[in-house]
Amino acid sequence: MQSGVFHTTYNQDMVLRPMPAQKIRLALVIIFVLVFPFVASPYQLTLINQIGIASIGAIGLNILTGFTGQISLGQGAFMAVGAYGSGLLAARLGLPWWLAIPVACTITALVGAVFGMPSLRLKGLYLAIATLAAQQIILWLITHWKGLTGGVEALNVPLATLFGYSLNTDFRFYWIILLCLVGTVLVAVNLFRSKIGRAFVAIRDQDIAAEVMGVNLFYYKLLAFATSSFFVGLSGALIAHWRLIVNYERFTIETSIFYLAVIIIGGLGSVSGSIYGAAFMTLLPAMLNNIGRSLEDLIPYIANIIPFLQQAAFGLVIILFLIFEPEGIAKLWRDVKDYFRLWPFSY
Amino acid sequence: MDKFLQLTLTGFTTGAVLALVALGFVLIYKASGVINFAQGEFLLVGAYVTFGLVAEIGVPWTVGVALTMLFAVILGVLVERLVLRSLIGEPILSVIMITIGLSSLLRAIVHAIWGTAGRPFPPFIPSQTINILGAVVPADRLIAIGLALILLAVFSLFFHYSRDGIAMRATADDQQVALSMGISVKRVFAVAWSISALAAAIAGVLVANIVGVSAAVGGIGLRVFPVVILGGLNSIPGAIIGGIIIGLLEAYTAGYGYHLGPLLAPIGLDAGGLSTVIPFIILVIILMIRPYGLFGQEIIERV
Repeated sequence: MQSGVFHTTYNQDMVLRPMPAQKIRLALVIIFVLVFPFVASPYQLTLINQIGIASIGAIGLNILTGFTGQISLGQGAFMAVGAYGSGLLAARLGLPWWLAIPVACTITALVGAVFGMPSLRLKGLYLAIATLAAQQIILWLITHWKGLTGGVEALNVPLATLFGYSLNTDFRFYWIILLCLVGTVLVAVNLFRSKIGRAFVAIRDQDIAAEVMGVNLFYYKLLAFATSSFFVGLSGALIAHWRLIVNYERFTIETSIFYLAVIIIGGLGSVSGSIYGAAFMTLLPAMLNNIGRSLEDLIPYIANIIPFLQQAAFGLVIILFLIFEPEGIAKLWRDVKDYFRLWPFSY
Repeated sequence: MDKFLQLTLTGFTTGAVLALVALGFVLIYKASGVINFAQGEFLLVGAYVTFGLVAEIGVPWTVGVALTMLFAVILGVLVERLVLRSLIGEPILSVIMITIGLSSLLRAIVHAIWGTAGRPFPPFIPSQTINILGAVVPADRLIAIGLALILLAVFSLFFHYSRDGIAMRATADDQQVALSMGISVKRVFAVAWSISALAAAIAGVLVANIVGVSAAVGGIGLRVFPVVILGGLNSIPGAIIGGIIIGLLEAYTAGYGYHLGPLLAPIGLDAGGLSTVIPFIILVIILMIRPYGLFGQEIIERV
């Protein structure tokens, strides 16, 4: 909701991007995503693909945690379900990837709904611990169900092809990720303009009041878990078909924590914030790595401690954001925009 | 029977260490309502600081352990003052995430100083084996059990008879009322964090003595969740009994779990490492039927 903007008709109120400035920014973003892959280096392409996949996962988690207020530490496990689901369907049953991915997402949504059931009795802290248990249990199942997943050994996924082109380069896969991300964003943004999304937000703000007002908690909480897990599964499945290899190490509790950090730093309850957060948290370690490498001549010891610098920065960024800007990058960006729109009368 | 006894003793050792970690955990939760995901990293810091002082600098182990304990107290107060104080009244997710951020930061600092490779811990705790009723146990494990029991007794006495302990229970019960009775809630929080860090540092030394100094010491932080949920998040006896139950359960599953192998084999499931996941399955069951645990206060909100 922007200050200084006044709607006079319902149609104006319904428009997603009412301001001219917003339209210009959207146009710039569209130009950027269309031009970027043609000018980017292979390294930058890999990074932007990572950001795209992380954004999908972050939007998924934000639907559950940011909008519905249900804390989940099971993100990594749900991504694993998506990745292994899609990988196994493609590798063992020979399904084409464009069929394997949606089937895997649906499976993840179902698994998410099952593990969301404790949310009907638990909230806050206890729910966080329950989802932590879900993470540990699902990951144990994946690494020990040798007959199905191959256990701790990596699962090889067949190369995805489209109209005779094999999607074997970052450049080609970029368009698939972009398509999925745009779809995810559109669904998420419009979800919160619908009855379902409003019910989610009502549950987050006051669950008892929501129930009094006729929101069926059982139904909507499970729906939140399922919707969220669907997108989380999508990001897992995309990883499987992009990297062509699925390894459980990608989906540990660290991953769950990474995604929580992404949505906190990006902005809880903000779709665009999820993307800012994903970009920030993906670029931060990459930047540190580059800075470290360029300083290698000056400080020879630095190469050894880069991983620890990245880890320390990860922790520090979470702490600093929570103390100084708990609403994340989305809020910072909004402040900047408000400042200029209201200028010179901004207070 | 030998095996059973052996497993029981192993279970008790693990349980004692888990109980010690859980104790620090419960202490912070009781006093300030914060769930500390960095508890495992407090262990890690304790183990590495002792290692650095005793094995690398070469101070006598008594001095080394005393300095570590002092360091832990300072660390606890600093963490409370610099990080947690500004989050009073914030949503639970922020509190969880800030302790997670803290754990990441502490781990990075420890590993940047000492590296990630495992090292042998200076052997100042005797580790020759002792024969009890046919079961062979290293002495250090018995010392771990003994030390844990002593500490638990000390903490129980502290809560019942000391001024700070009573103030802490009062704060846990109701912060507003505690404030109006002249209790400094800030001081209570600082004391809770420092005692908790202290308990964790001692547990860290005990664990490092058994498994060596490595990143694995910090991993115990996650294993403490089943313990505190089983015992009840705000119950000190719950932490102790929960720790021992989970410790025994882990030991028995590790020892007898292979009997389940043929049962799980037809669906392609491998029963190895079952002992790492059983506590979490128990956790889910407890959460579903009795979320406040065996001894916890029944204050959880029903949805």
